[in-house]
Amino acid sequence: MPLTPTPPQLSLEKIRLLESKSILYRRIILKMIFMAGAGHTGGSLSCVDILNVLYNHIMNISPQNFLEVNRDHYIHSKGHSVEALYAVLADKDFFPIELLDSIEKYASDFIGHPTRSVFGIEQNTGALGHGLSVSVGMALAAKKDGRHDRVFTIMGDGELTEGSVWEASASAAHYHLDNLVTIIDRNTLQITGRTENVLAMEPLEEKFAAFGYAVRHVDGNNVAQLAALLENLPFEAGKPNLVLAHTVKGKGISFMEDQFQWHHRLPTDAEYSVALRELEQAEKALEKTYGHQ
Amino acid sequence: MVTNNLPIGKTNLDIFAQTLIELAANDHDILVVTSDSRGSGRVTPFAEKFPEQIVEIGIAEQNMVGVSAGLASAGKKVFTVSPACFLTARALEQIKNDVAYSDQPVKIIGISAGVSYGALGTTHHSLHDFAALQAINNIDIVAPADNFETVQVIQAAVRYPRPIYIRFGKKAMPNLHSSDTHFEIGKAIQLTPEREKYDVALIAIGETVAPAFLASQALLEKGINCCVLSLHSLRPFDEAAVQQAAERSKAVITVEEHSVNGGLGSRVASFLMQAGVFRPLRIVGIPDEHTVTGSQGEIFNHYGISPQGISQTALRLLKKEAEQ
Repeated sequence: MPLTPTPPQLSLEKIRLLESKSILYRRIILKMIFMAGAGHTGGSLSCVDILNVLYNHIMNISPQNFLEVNRDHYIHSKGHSVEALYAVLADKDFFPIELLDSIEKYASDFIGHPTRSVFGIEQNTGALGHGLSVSVGMALAAKKDGRHDRVFTIMGDGELTEGSVWEASASAAHYHLDNLVTIIDRNTLQITGRTENVLAMEPLEEKFAAFGYAVRHVDGNNVAQLAALLENLPFEAGKPNLVLAHTVKGKGISFMEDQFQWHHRLPTDAEYSVALRELEQAEKALEKTYGHQ
Repeated sequence: MVTNNLPIGKTNLDIFAQTLIELAANDHDILVVTSDSRGSGRVTPFAEKFPEQIVEIGIAEQNMVGVSAGLASAGKKVFTVSPACFLTARALEQIKNDVAYSDQPVKIIGISAGVSYGALGTTHHSLHDFAALQAINNIDIVAPADNFETVQVIQAAVRYPRPIYIRFGKKAMPNLHSSDTHFEIGKAIQLTPEREKYDVALIAIGETVAPAFLASQALLEKGINCCVLSLHSLRPFDEAAVQQAAERSKAVITVEEHSVNGGLGSRVASFLMQAGVFRPLRIVGIPDEHTVTGSQGEIFNHYGISPQGISQTALRLLKKEAEQ
C-alpha cells in the first residue's frame, strides 16, 4: 500500500499541536462514553485524527462563518461515531464543552447520532449510506453557484455495503465534483467482526477508481500524513476525491485497538483508569519528542 | 374517470411543469431533480429551457432524495420529481432522515400516483404514500384536485419553508374551481353551497374530488344535500373544516385513491372520534387486498370510487342511519 510520505513543509510545532489535540480529543471521547454509559468507542477513536486534521488544518469552517454558505462543509456519514465529532466541535468553540455532560440524557440535544440541534452540525445522520448523497448535493450546489467551498464526509468501511453509497459515487463522478472529499475510515472492523468476513468489498481502491474517483491511501491515524495529503486537494481536476484512510479501531488505547467488541463496548471503571493513564503516557511521549510547549 | 358535466382541463403535471417554467425564469435557485423521469414528469420543456436548472440522477431514487437534501441545504429550491411509487417507498428512509428529520425544505413531487399507472400493476401503484408520510413528522402532504389547485400549490411550494410532498396523477383533470377561489395549504375548499345542515359530508382528495362532486350533483337530484370538501392538504390537516362539515351532516364519507388504511379516511375518522363528533362513516378507497387489475378508471369503478359508487354508498349509509 503506497502511503503519502511525511511532508517536510508541515512545521514541527504544527504537527505537535495536532498530535496533542488528538490526545485531548481521545480524553474527551472516553469521558463522554464513560459518563453516559453509552457510545461508539472504537469507531470514534479510529476517525478522530481525521476530524482533527480537517477542523484544525484543512477546512475553512468556524462558529463565526457557520451560518454562511460560502465556507467548507462537513457531513458525518458514519453518524454513530458522534463522540469524536462532539469532542472536536466543543474544542473549536461551537458550544461550551460542559454541554457534553448532558450526552444521551433526557431531552438533551447531544444524542447518540449527529443532529442539527447541535450548533456546528449541518445534517442529521445515523442511518448509514446517506451522508455521501447529501454531500454530493451540497458540492453540486457550490459548483452551480461558482463557489469554491468544499464538502468533506467521513464514511465507515462497514457502511460501504449500502447500495446508496455507490449510487452517490456514480453521481459524484458524473458531475465532476472535485470539490467533494470522501474519506473512508478503513479500520477493517464492524459490529460483527472483520469487514471482509461480514461482506467482502475489496478491492476498494479499484472499485472507487472504476467509479471515477481520484483515490489516495493514507495512514488515517497519522496527523502529519493526513495534513500533507489533504493540503493537495483536489487530487485530480474534475474528479471527486476519495481517501482510503487506513486506521485502527480503538486507536490510542492498547486494549481497545483492533478489537471489534469495542465497536460499542463500554469501559469499566478499571479500564477507564488504564485508558486515561495511557493517554497521559502518550502526552509525556509527545513532550519527549518535541520538548515542552 | 367519469367527468361528464365538468369542463376538462390539462393534466396537473403539465400545469406543474408550466408553472415551474414561469417561476424559474426569474429564479435561478429553482432546481428540478429527476430520476430518468423528465418525460413522465412533463419537465422536458423545463430541461430544454433551463439546462442548468435540471439535475439528472438516473434511476436511483435514494441518491436522488439525498442529493436533493444537500442542494436544499445550500439554499436551492428543489423539486424532486419521480414516480410516487418509487419515491415514497424505495427512498422513504431518505425522505424521513435527509429531508424531514434534517428539516431540509425539499419539495418531493410524487408523479403518476395512486393507481394512475393502471394495468402496469402494483409495482407502479402508490397506495401507501399517505400512510407512510403521515407517520413521519415534519413533512406536509398535498394532493391537488385540479389545475387551479396545482398552480396554487406550486407557487406556494417555491417559498415553502418546510419539507412538502405533492402528489400528482397522470390524467387530464376536470376544472373544479373558479380562478378567484381562495387557496391555502392546509385549508380545505368547499365545492358545494354553504348550508346549516347537510345530509352527507363527502371529503375527498386529489383525483377523487371530481367523482365526489359529481356524486353530490346526482344525490341533489334525489333531494340529498352534500357538503363536498376538497381536502387537498392531508397535512396540515384542516380540523375546523372537517369538524364543521361532519357536525352539519348526518353521515360522513371519505374518498381517496389510496389504501383504506392510514390515508385520508383513517385521518378523518380518528380526528372525528377524538373530537367527539360521532357520525356514521364510510372510507372509500382501495381495500386491503391485491388490487384488481385494469385501467385507473376500471379500478376506480371496481372499488366504487366513481360518482355512481359514491352515490350508492351515500344512499346505503343514509338508509342505515334512518333505520336506527
